Amino acid sequence: MYEIVAREDFSPTTFLLEVRHPLLARAARPGQFVIVMSHPDGERIPLTLADFSVARGTVTLVVQAAGKTTMQMQRDCTLGSSLHAVVGPMGNPSRIGEPRTVVCVGGGLGVAPIFPVARALKEGGSYVVGIVGFRSKDLIFWEDRFAGVCDELIVCTDDGSAGIKGLVTDGLRVAIEAHPDIDEVFAIGPPVMMKFCAETTRPHGIRTTVSLNPIMVDGTGMCGGCRVSVGGKMRFCCVDGPEFDGHEVDFDELMRRLARFRAEERLALERWQASQGHSGAGVPA
Amino acid sequence: MTRKTIRTIPQERTPIAVQDPAARVRNFGEVALGYLEAEARREAERCILCPQKPCSAGCPVGIDIPGFIERICEADYRGAYGVLAESTLLPAICGRVCPQESQCEAVCVVGEHLEPVAIGRLERFIGDMAIAEGWTRVTEVEQNGYRVAVVGAGPAGIACAADMAKAGCEVVVFEALHRPGGVLSYGIPGFRLPDRVVEAEFGKVSQLGVRVECNTLVGRLVSVEELRDEMGFDAVFVGTGAGFPRFMEIPGESLNGVLSANEFLTRCNLMQAGSFPATDTPLHMGRKVAVIGAGNTAMDAMRVALRLGAAEVHCLYRRSPEESTARAEELAHAGEEGVAFHWLTAPVEILGDADGNVRAVRCVRMELGELDQSGRRSPVPVAGSEHDLEVDMVIYAIGTHANPIIGQTSGLQARDGGYIAADADGRTSLSGVFAGGDIVTGSATVIGAMGAGRRAARAMEEYLGILEPRERDISDPEQPRVFGIDARQRNFVRLRAA
Repeated sequence: MYEIVAREDFSPTTFLLEVRHPLLARAARPGQFVIVMSHPDGERIPLTLADFSVARGTVTLVVQAAGKTTMQMQRDCTLGSSLHAVVGPMGNPSRIGEPRTVVCVGGGLGVAPIFPVARALKEGGSYVVGIVGFRSKDLIFWEDRFAGVCDELIVCTDDGSAGIKGLVTDGLRVAIEAHPDIDEVFAIGPPVMMKFCAETTRPHGIRTTVSLNPIMVDGTGMCGGCRVSVGGKMRFCCVDGPEFDGHEVDFDELMRRLARFRAEERLALERWQASQGHSGAGVPA
Repeated sequence: MTRKTIRTIPQERTPIAVQDPAARVRNFGEVALGYLEAEARREAERCILCPQKPCSAGCPVGIDIPGFIERICEADYRGAYGVLAESTLLPAICGRVCPQESQCEAVCVVGEHLEPVAIGRLERFIGDMAIAEGWTRVTEVEQNGYRVAVVGAGPAGIACAADMAKAGCEVVVFEALHRPGGVLSYGIPGFRLPDRVVEAEFGKVSQLGVRVECNTLVGRLVSVEELRDEMGFDAVFVGTGAGFPRFMEIPGESLNGVLSANEFLTRCNLMQAGSFPATDTPLHMGRKVAVIGAGNTAMDAMRVALRLGAAEVHCLYRRSPEESTARAEELAHAGEEGVAFHWLTAPVEILGDADGNVRAVRCVRMELGELDQSGRRSPVPVAGSEHDLEVDMVIYAIGTHANPIIGQTSGLQARDGGYIAADADGRTSLSGVFAGGDIVTGSATVIGAMGAGRRAARAMEEYLGILEPRERDISDPEQPRVFGIDARQRNFVRLRAA
């Protein structure tokens, strides 16, 4: 069992879980993910690591309550409770490489997992421009943590209530204009965000690394559910990724495949909401 | 006792009771119900106890087959179990899933004249009885102080783990999934191998003192070298299997509704997707299903699809029935249950609708040409034979590759395709590291993997310099009590060798 030793709620839907797992904390590298089962009849869901601390013997996950499984986690994963299974780290770590000028973009679910990537790049001697996107000012989290590991930090909000008004791609354009010498962009977030980050950098020929989040079951190369098309070739995200060259990824296919279980997801969500006796207020459609 | 001959034995093979096809296709209960005692006794009488025992030589773990059958004839079932347990850890499993017709039963002397002795069914009879009666062969072994790590809780790993525990080592099995069993848990469905049988057989391994740590992805969480060099394991066995699914690289494979048999079976078996939404893992079952391939995995996928309500299930295979690698019984059962077989038919493209869902699979007819590397006649497309089969789900069961994780994360020498290079006894390029099962040989059988695990265990004992372990059977009720203490109570301290 994997005990939850800290929990923090960032918004009505986004929450942080810090889970005790000393071996995993020691093995984890930026860019890797874990598979979590919250209860014995639960799904196996992949979550990119948001942080890990050898000193505390913990890993940190940031979860968005968007469907039945994550909403149930939001209710049940209280301080002192345990997750049924946590396995990882999975996938290949981010390529930190030589010191260079990099941009780290995080949006939506990707804000938290881009943090350890930015930190490792900074520790590796790179000049790091951080770009994080939120819907509005009151949903912002970890601004201080990002500020601590980024040489520059651009906050973007949809409504302009903090930072620049616009999407992370607007922030990315600002960064590209200010820094003609950008060597690489790392982007983690919803597929459509990563797609447009890749389109933003493509004309400039800036290497763009994206972290994909397809549906998977085992995470060990066994089910093939996570197959993605990269440069016209089939790759398994769990063992070949999760990071790929954003200019080569077929994002439209990824988005289509993410909708594979839309009908089932809706059914599970409706059943869950009925069992909880509410209409799902505060849950994104 | 008069010597039995082909003429004096029961001529017909004793049939095994099966669930009626129309009924069983609506449930996940076991298809073959197993022999009753009288049936087992009758079938055992069909073994002429020939001295040359070709069946034992045909068994990957060398079970003394006439030995256990003779004890069934004598109604000494516990004795029969003792003979089986000398060689196999999992008789109730192997009796069900071994391809007996190409192993022991293929070389049975009776089979030269009549149908061969139903060795698998007899093995299952004894294995089931052992579970029901709680028979085990637990030995109390003086611990020798060695620690052994086993990577992968499938048939190879479990067989190696059991032997090393019996040799007096402390054994920890690391499993990446949340349940042990490997292909026995995620792959083979309950109607062929019920969960309770896997649990009961694996329970015996726990009784030997083997510890299984699930949710542990060796390679990523700790490397094979770290197990050996930092975590204090004196030897490591790698049995991670060949579970990486193959696709054909034809157009349309990324459409929704196309999935590997591994994904399909894992969702259904390990994750219980058939119970969705009571359980959380979805499946999105199709109405018309095409399964590509005709091996055991294909049969399993098709028969699960029927049980989950598919209206039509089609088997597409580019060769003819003779080349199918499935057990004869599985092929027959699948046919009885309503699978439509399209022999000599190969898919060339999967067609989708505007939403990216499968709507059909385009096939060509094949004819058989020259012998290929596998000794099977290789199929050649017939020009102008393209035709579309309307389906909304396509399942790939055309084989698997080596799991890549250990290769990616260790210094183990690999051979082509990412399989670990190892000798016949499982010795790898790294000192103290052994490997066996599908990760070495490529996709094969449960019993073959068990045999590889056991051979590696012997090599490991030799590597560690383990002498004959001092053991005594504490599960035998006739065993004398030691110093007035019933050894079965386990109320004494295990000794650790100095």
